[in-house]
Amino acid sequence: MTDATIPAPKPASPRRQGSFDHIVYVLKDNPVTMLAFAMFAVLIFAAVLGPALAPYDPLATDAAIALQPPSAAHWFGTDNLGRDVFSRTIVATRLDLLISVAAVAISFVVGSALGAAAGYWGGWLDVALSRVLDTIMAFPLFVLAMGIVAALGNTIENIVYATAIINVPFYARLVRAEVNIRREAGFALAARLAGNSDIRVLALHIFPNALPPMMVQVSLNLGWAILNAAGLSFIGLGVRPPTAEWGIMVAEGANFIVSGEWWLAIFPGLCLMFAVFTFNLLGDGLRDMVDPRRRT
Amino acid sequence: MRLAQAIPVVLGVVLVSFLLTRALPGDPAAYFAGDAATPESIAATRAKLGLDKSMPEQFLRYCGDLLRGDLGQSLSTGQPVLDELTRRLPASLELTLTALLISCGIAVPLGVLAATRPGSWVDHLCRVLVTAGVSLPTFFTGVVLIYVFYYLTGWAPSPLGRLDFIYIEPPTVTGFLLIDAALDGDGETWAAALRQLILPALTLALFTMAPIARMTRAAMLSALSSDFIRTARAAGLTSRKVLFAYAFRNALLPVVTTLGMVFSFTLGANVLVEKVFAWPGIGSFAVEALVASDYAAVQGFVLCMALLFVALNLVIDMAYSLIDPRIGFDSK
Repeated sequence: MTDATIPAPKPASPRRQGSFDHIVYVLKDNPVTMLAFAMFAVLIFAAVLGPALAPYDPLATDAAIALQPPSAAHWFGTDNLGRDVFSRTIVATRLDLLISVAAVAISFVVGSALGAAAGYWGGWLDVALSRVLDTIMAFPLFVLAMGIVAALGNTIENIVYATAIINVPFYARLVRAEVNIRREAGFALAARLAGNSDIRVLALHIFPNALPPMMVQVSLNLGWAILNAAGLSFIGLGVRPPTAEWGIMVAEGANFIVSGEWWLAIFPGLCLMFAVFTFNLLGDGLRDMVDPRRRT
Repeated sequence: MRLAQAIPVVLGVVLVSFLLTRALPGDPAAYFAGDAATPESIAATRAKLGLDKSMPEQFLRYCGDLLRGDLGQSLSTGQPVLDELTRRLPASLELTLTALLISCGIAVPLGVLAATRPGSWVDHLCRVLVTAGVSLPTFFTGVVLIYVFYYLTGWAPSPLGRLDFIYIEPPTVTGFLLIDAALDGDGETWAAALRQLILPALTLALFTMAPIARMTRAAMLSALSSDFIRTARAAGLTSRKVLFAYAFRNALLPVVTTLGMVFSFTLGANVLVEKVFAWPGIGSFAVEALVASDYAAVQGFVLCMALLFVALNLVIDMAYSLIDPRIGFDSK
């Protein structure tokens, strides 16, 4: 009632203001999501500044200080070759995040393109795509990734491709469903009537509607992609030994765990967990913002 | 009817595993002929493997070999891949099934309790478990469990294989050591096998608990808030009857669906857990084969896993119609 006396604000601003307020409101209501953003910042910090933060050269060996427990000089101890575990763990952040971000980016782009085309035009394209996706999903995904890496060759790029391929179905299905329900929506028909080409309508009018649920999927997927990549390098695929990477560090450390040198495997493992945990929390938080009903 | 729907999926799986071999970098003939190959022996291998034929013909040949149960020879062991896989499959299945039993045994009651008492400590425990559980890398959990239960407390035996070498393996009937030892009446071996099994099974179970608990809780919550539950309560049925006969049965469907997905993850995680615990299953076989570039073995393994998963999805679909008689496949 009192609102009537207030001059109407510019058309664009109330909505923006509203969604920003909504985000602040949700964040206040859910401190865990705030924590997730803080943890995410720590990860990005470590990934960007990694080598500059590391107190020692992650590859420098020194047999004199091999297998030392954590101390003031070496916070996470040293490994069997005398390398500083703390430096290696920090430096590994960049590689692990790069692998998973690259993989998720590829599957996001490929999955969006395929899913949008199938959802918009339907027909044989849709049928063919569904068949292919069903076939990919018929494999236990980690096992398929192993097979792909074995077939393409044992390199880091192929780890990225394998992880991307097994993630494509999730994106393609999501986009297909989102595009399909809006194909005949009023705004899409209006845009087409106004003379926009099919591609333009699809890319600029329909697809942006799929972005919020896609962001949730990306965040949840990133955690899974890190786990997947670390798992592959744990069994000896992709990353080669002297390179610092969390999966391979846990694998190397596992040989010493039975004799009690716990710091070799535990610290990189904890960092891996921290990263995955961050992305999962972030994904759950984003989902609460985007779609509160799906909260479980 | 449902069986017929699985056929295209199986064909797709076979096609993908065929394409994976063709994607091998380099010349497969030169690779299979070995290191000391001459141009003639490579040509001979090419003809023997049928690689000089056209792609569709090669695919038909491959299908024919599969139907005869011929997955090729493993380069590293010299045995037919099929024999290797069947010999090692029981070890993997014993591990996977035990893990799933443990995780269902804990996660389903936990999810039900969390749903019936929202906001209680059980609910919070459930939430913590769900969020932490999906973030746990299986291989890392395994390493931590070994450190705590083998090195620190000494409760678990050394993490090397299915049975300590001082025990004699029971005569093979099913290949499941626990069942074989029980059939043999050998309590000591049974206990020893159980001790070896418990840590790897627990590792896998921790990993699978989260999605099951999460889905049970969500499904129970939505079932408990539905109209028929209110009606049943209003009609004066005991809370026990309402909970188990009405709510739980309706919540079971999404839980069983999740089980299918969880099984897929378990088959993948199996590979990692088997490597950590030196478990002689098909997963560790595949890892050794991968390291040795033993291609036929890896391909056989991927195919075997995929077929296992397709078969399981079939079983789950059948289970649907048992749980919910409204779902019939003939009516569609």
